[in-house]
Amino acid sequence: MSVAPTKMFGAAIKRREDPQLITGQGNYLDDIKLPGMVHAAVLRSPYGHAKILKIDTSRAQAAPGVVAVFTGADMMDINPLPCAWTAASGRVQNNINTPRALAVDVVRFVGDPVALVLAEDRYTARDALELIDVEYEPLDVVVDGRKAVEPGAPQLHENAPNNIVFEWDCGDKAKTDAAFAAAEVAVKEEIINQRLLPTPMETRGSIARYEPSTQEFTVWMTSQAPHVMRLLLTAFVFGIPESKLRCISPHVGGGFGQKIFCYNDMAFTMWAARKIGRPVKFVEDRSENFKYSTHGRDHITVAEICGTRDGKITGLRADTIANLGAYISTIAPGIPTTLYGRILSGVYKIPAAYCRVRGVYTNTAMVDAYRGAGRPEASYLIERMIDRFAAEIGMDPAEVRRKNFIQPEDFPYDNGLGLLPYDSGNYEPALDKALATIGYKDFRKEQEEARKQGRYLGVGISSYVEICGVAPSAWIGLPGEGWGAGLWESANVRVHLTGQVVVTTGSLPHGQGLETTFAQLVADELGVPYENVLVEHSDTAGTPFGYGTYGSRSAAVGGTAIHKSVTKIKEKAKKLAAHMLEANPDDMVYEDGKVYVKGSPDRSKTLAEIALQASVAYSLPEGMEPFLDETTYYDPPNCTFPFGTHIAIVEVDIETGRVDLLRYVAVDDCGPQINPLIVQGQIHGGITQGVAQALYEQAVYDENGQLLSGTLMDYAVPTAAQVPHYELDHTVTPSPVNPMGVKGAGEAGTIGSAQAVMNAIIDALSPFGVKHMQMPATPERVWRAIHSSNNHN
Amino acid sequence: MTKITVKVNGKEYTSEVEGRTLLVHFLRDQLGLTGTHIGCDTSQCGACVVVMNGDSVKSCTVLAVQANGAEIKTVEGLAEDGKLHPLQEGFWERHGLQCGFCTPGMLMSAYDLLQKNPNPSEEEIRHGLEGNLCRCTGYENIVRAVQYAAAKMRNEEPAPIGAKEQVVESVGS
Ligand code: FES
Ligand code: FES
Repeated sequence: MSVAPTKMFGAAIKRREDPQLITGQGNYLDDIKLPGMVHAAVLRSPYGHAKILKIDTSRAQAAPGVVAVFTGADMMDINPLPCAWTAASGRVQNNINTPRALAVDVVRFVGDPVALVLAEDRYTARDALELIDVEYEPLDVVVDGRKAVEPGAPQLHENAPNNIVFEWDCGDKAKTDAAFAAAEVAVKEEIINQRLLPTPMETRGSIARYEPSTQEFTVWMTSQAPHVMRLLLTAFVFGIPESKLRCISPHVGGGFGQKIFCYNDMAFTMWAARKIGRPVKFVEDRSENFKYSTHGRDHITVAEICGTRDGKITGLRADTIANLGAYISTIAPGIPTTLYGRILSGVYKIPAAYCRVRGVYTNTAMVDAYRGAGRPEASYLIERMIDRFAAEIGMDPAEVRRKNFIQPEDFPYDNGLGLLPYDSGNYEPALDKALATIGYKDFRKEQEEARKQGRYLGVGISSYVEICGVAPSAWIGLPGEGWGAGLWESANVRVHLTGQVVVTTGSLPHGQGLETTFAQLVADELGVPYENVLVEHSDTAGTPFGYGTYGSRSAAVGGTAIHKSVTKIKEKAKKLAAHMLEANPDDMVYEDGKVYVKGSPDRSKTLAEIALQASVAYSLPEGMEPFLDETTYYDPPNCTFPFGTHIAIVEVDIETGRVDLLRYVAVDDCGPQINPLIVQGQIHGGITQGVAQALYEQAVYDENGQLLSGTLMDYAVPTAAQVPHYELDHTVTPSPVNPMGVKGAGEAGTIGSAQAVMNAIIDALSPFGVKHMQMPATPERVWRAIHSSNNHN
Repeated sequence: MTKITVKVNGKEYTSEVEGRTLLVHFLRDQLGLTGTHIGCDTSQCGACVVVMNGDSVKSCTVLAVQANGAEIKTVEGLAEDGKLHPLQEGFWERHGLQCGFCTPGMLMSAYDLLQKNPNPSEEEIRHGLEGNLCRCTGYENIVRAVQYAAAKMRNEEPAPIGAKEQVVESVGS
């Protein structure tokens, strides 16, 4: 279960993607111009909830430059967007309502699309929106998940009484209740994981073209999963053969989950392109991205933890309301269930745990996966509660962690929450390394000294574990997990007769540098120059079906599919070389791009020679097909479980409530790193999104359902001056799940970070009796916490 | 419609524009220079930054007519004679980009910064790039990329990345 140390695997080489992107030669969606293309603009509901009484588009239709105007009523010949949640049976309710291309009769959140204008240019299309007259009858609005389930709350959908989408649970309720009843110490806290806006720097959009003679669509889309979009749009929305749609993701300017899903603009650009016989382009502006594209998080949880006075945790209980917005996005119910409840006990051996989750409708934008997706909510909760518990019993939070860690010999470890067993882990070395780097002991002294001078420093620890490479299909496809799909991945590897290697994969990058890492992998395994490996992706024409890139799955699942194909290529090459050398196939050795006869290395054939022979094919072994061409559909036996410890040091100015993040140390373990430069980049970016959640970001709706944080002026994505330098280190614990031992690194930073910062702030404020505070820790909130606590001195 | 003449990356263009046409749309839609991006509608993100008459500007906040007679440099004009600008080199060497969407604006803001301050401290770099948002990199490697370029432009050897972070993993068990 290992690969030999080699030159490319593990090398921090710079990315092959970059020359195009640093010279302005990238090709993002909005850069694409098709002949005859029209521009789309969308009229959106200004109300959080209203009946549409009348839409008059006549003035807009008549405006010069306007090609057509459509409403939801025009598009009733296509279906609503699908949701992959299939938990229709048994104990799980399934009151799913998904959006249509344009709203019909009722709008349910501010930004719900009401009409579509197509015009010769983008300015004209925008202008025409103002010429559409809509009569609304406003209805009552509810935006808070807790209020949505109260009796008498405004109801969003007839089939969902009390606005409940589903009620779900995991763990052992009776055992957990008993643990709490018998506990020496129990702590209870309301933990809010606020709503966030994913904010990829490129907004979303689609360009659709229809060819009437063949009835074929081509759609360029800002998508993390073009194959899945093709399936959903043809089989579910349009009811046309899958072969009639080609989906292409050009360069994608960041995704973070928001670009996984099936969106209404994919449907309306397709519908309109077919209707008017011209290509249609739609690109969101930033405020549309904030109003309409999916949001993340938004949990309100009552959390309880219990244990002994000497620091053993004996029970964990959580009751969560997950606000899913006005409709259900593609995989929304899978996030606060499978990826949250099932990993809630984190890195700790907790004998009794139980979690109940209610997904609810509110008059807000849809919520779905955002970087980390469920796991940041889980790790924030458990890590905050561990600190709460430590404070309660007066024990050092590092010690409480150490005392309760799952031990190396416990793996594979079943956490009792219905997850597959954690694959591998060794949590203490990561904690120790992080403590040593930050200088924990010395810091405690420094903290004490500083307090005497009226300076408030704090340190916060977060030890996390997460779920990557979510699979296998036999588990994740079960009703109740919420996915309704397998999550395997595909790869085809071909060696052309020139010796050039072409890899096509269902994974696709939008910043992760997969062209580079995949080429590194293949170059090593085949022993060919890195430059000779071409990686193709992102176009449903020419790549095998794949589930796409999200959930930190591309190295562990996509990479393994490639690894397996390469292994098959090597096997075939050995057989063919034996035939060419008239040797016994069992005596052949593949090494450094050559096959030779064991014991006589000069009797050899290079991969290029073998590929040529396989291509011209005039002499092949009995029964062998021509060409070196192998495909793998890899369905892993388990997920992988990366982990680590992050530590933050903050200083709080108690006069103003301002928090300064002074130091940030992250020790992550994602198994062996294929390209450390790229892994570090992923961690840096991930941490920043978690730090942003702790300190800056929050999507805010007012009571009428207006999104107050509707632009980048109001939604505080941090700048370079608002985040610190990150001190990174790592440990390496290979995963037994796949042959390379890799685990995944795309989301770890986000999953590990918010609670490190919050724990540090609360540690800094402990002299004021502050025990918990909700995120983001804005100066106002911090100041209030200081001043509302009882023993303010 | 108004007639404007603008020099972009050393080449002169004369075009008819509407009074309300934004410079960024003029560059992207009329001149086909799509390296300059649009990431917001409130002048926050900096994806659209170009250098106009020697200063960085957010081209989503400048009207094309205001650029009449101006000299503009966009990301497409950064490399000269097929040789990457030290900033481009730095972003490549130090992994200063992931999705690349913020990169053109970052490069042009950093270009302006280094023109005015050839030897900036880390803090000055972070503050100098405050008008540019990046959602991917956490800025760490952008800072390193600018430091790399600054050193190169002063004809110095760029400092290596910290020892721990450079570790090349030996794999296997
Ligand atoms: S497009 Fe965001 S600042 Fe110009
Ligand atoms: S590299 Fe993606 S936004 Fe900066």
